Amino acid sequence: MVYFGDVMDTQTSARVQAATRAIEHVMGEDLVDLVPSYASVLILYNPLRTDHLSVARRIRDVVSNVSAPAALGHRTVVLPVYYAPEVGADLELLAERVDLPISGVVELHTSAEYRVYAIGFAPGFAYLGEVDERIAAPRLATPRALVPRGSVAIADRQTAVYPSVSPGGWNLIGRCPVPMFDPDVQPSMPVSVGDTVRFEPISRERFVTLGGDLA
Amino acid sequence: MSMRVVQPGMLSLLQDSGRQGQHRLGLSNGGPMDREAFHYCNRLLQNSPASTAIEISVGGLQLETLVDTYICLTGAPMPLSINGQDKPLWEVQRVCAGDSIQVGFARTGCRSYFGVADGFTIEARFGSTATVVRENIGGLQGRSLQAGDQLPCPTTNARKQYYLAARDRPRYQKTLTVRVIPGYQQGHFNRVEQRRFFGSTYTISERCDRMGYRLEGPAITCDIEGVLSEGICFGAIQLPPDGQPIVLLNDRQTIGGYPKIGAALSLDAARMTQLVPGSSVHFAPITHHTARKALELARRFTLCKPLQERR
Repeated sequence: MVYFGDVMDTQTSARVQAATRAIEHVMGEDLVDLVPSYASVLILYNPLRTDHLSVARRIRDVVSNVSAPAALGHRTVVLPVYYAPEVGADLELLAERVDLPISGVVELHTSAEYRVYAIGFAPGFAYLGEVDERIAAPRLATPRALVPRGSVAIADRQTAVYPSVSPGGWNLIGRCPVPMFDPDVQPSMPVSVGDTVRFEPISRERFVTLGGDLA
Repeated sequence: MSMRVVQPGMLSLLQDSGRQGQHRLGLSNGGPMDREAFHYCNRLLQNSPASTAIEISVGGLQLETLVDTYICLTGAPMPLSINGQDKPLWEVQRVCAGDSIQVGFARTGCRSYFGVADGFTIEARFGSTATVVRENIGGLQGRSLQAGDQLPCPTTNARKQYYLAARDRPRYQKTLTVRVIPGYQQGHFNRVEQRRFFGSTYTISERCDRMGYRLEGPAITCDIEGVLSEGICFGAIQLPPDGQPIVLLNDRQTIGGYPKIGAALSLDAARMTQLVPGSSVHFAPITHHTARKALELARRFTLCKPLQERR
């Protein structure tokens, strides 16, 4: 495990991203997998091909040379979202709690640019940050057993789109018709770690036209 | 050309050696929980080591073969019968179209591996046929086997009928010492807590599945509640706020934020998956160096025992 800090911020995340590429390159065939996250990279290597000391030496060399490049070719992905209580079960409650009209919550959620900090929890689940603190909301005390696929949700200062039906404790505010994980297409995810995501509000009709499911 | 599932039993899953290199999509590994038994299943059948077999948990699988081929069952002792006639495990058996194959319930241990010559022919997803039900990926439409499923496999008529001598087979017991490589958050557990962890007996709880095994015993406290979510390796031992350890396994989530005291040696984590609820576990700390030697030894000896041939 290599740590680059202990907070969620863009600089740290950019270093994680740069280091991930460098580690992949220097480890070559000895690498089994890499898990980049907010401020760390977990390196899984084959212990029968190499050893801990050799891995540590190689990683130390590359990591000390990694700087956080200002513009590391990341993409901006725009995801359409239908914001409404019928698909966002917690939207009204959240608006009430933060003392804003629903349109105000939607505006704050769509006006920010989010960074993909990590992917995990479930296939295609991208942790996006940071949500405007005026609409940050804690996780539900009791998680839902079933969160519908495509649900757009907020937990503290993070937001995400549930890629498939799953249990979940985040506050649901809308639904995105774009599949976040499709094993039958390449690439199977529209985003990867380090990308920028923006949300764009769409109407109910547009949501249905784009293949969204209201159920 | 296939075998037909008559009864799936408690939980039967198609598994190859597991999905690698897909953590960045959030996909876990899947694959056989007991790698040693899976390895011998394919080795006895002279299959390539990653061939797709069925992982049977607890037991109860019934199949009808529609092809002439060879089969092998390894792992926990679940009684095997072909057309009502008892057959030994850890030995390649001949089956012919129309034969009924029954796997009973485990007397000790809880997972066994049912293989066929050349493996089942299953389409790979993300480089592997491993079934991860939680992710709905692999196997047949990402789910466990159900009655009526057809499992494609080729006809095979000439294969040596190897077996593993009884003295060379693993013994599945009710207690286990799990070697642990201390991890990145070890420093957040003070000496007393570490001594408690490594000096106590833990019991396998009812909440044990392919994602992880929850243990019960003296609670271990940590001076932090959590860390910024980070990658989780196979065997990682998480300590959530209730202080009861969770050993994360094949179908674990790829990232998480509970503090970890270390990681179970992969060989021992795999052995642990043969334990049923109520079994006891001790943890013993080891160094990276010892862990690597243990893996080398396993590769040279445990996995290379000579096969005998039935004539």
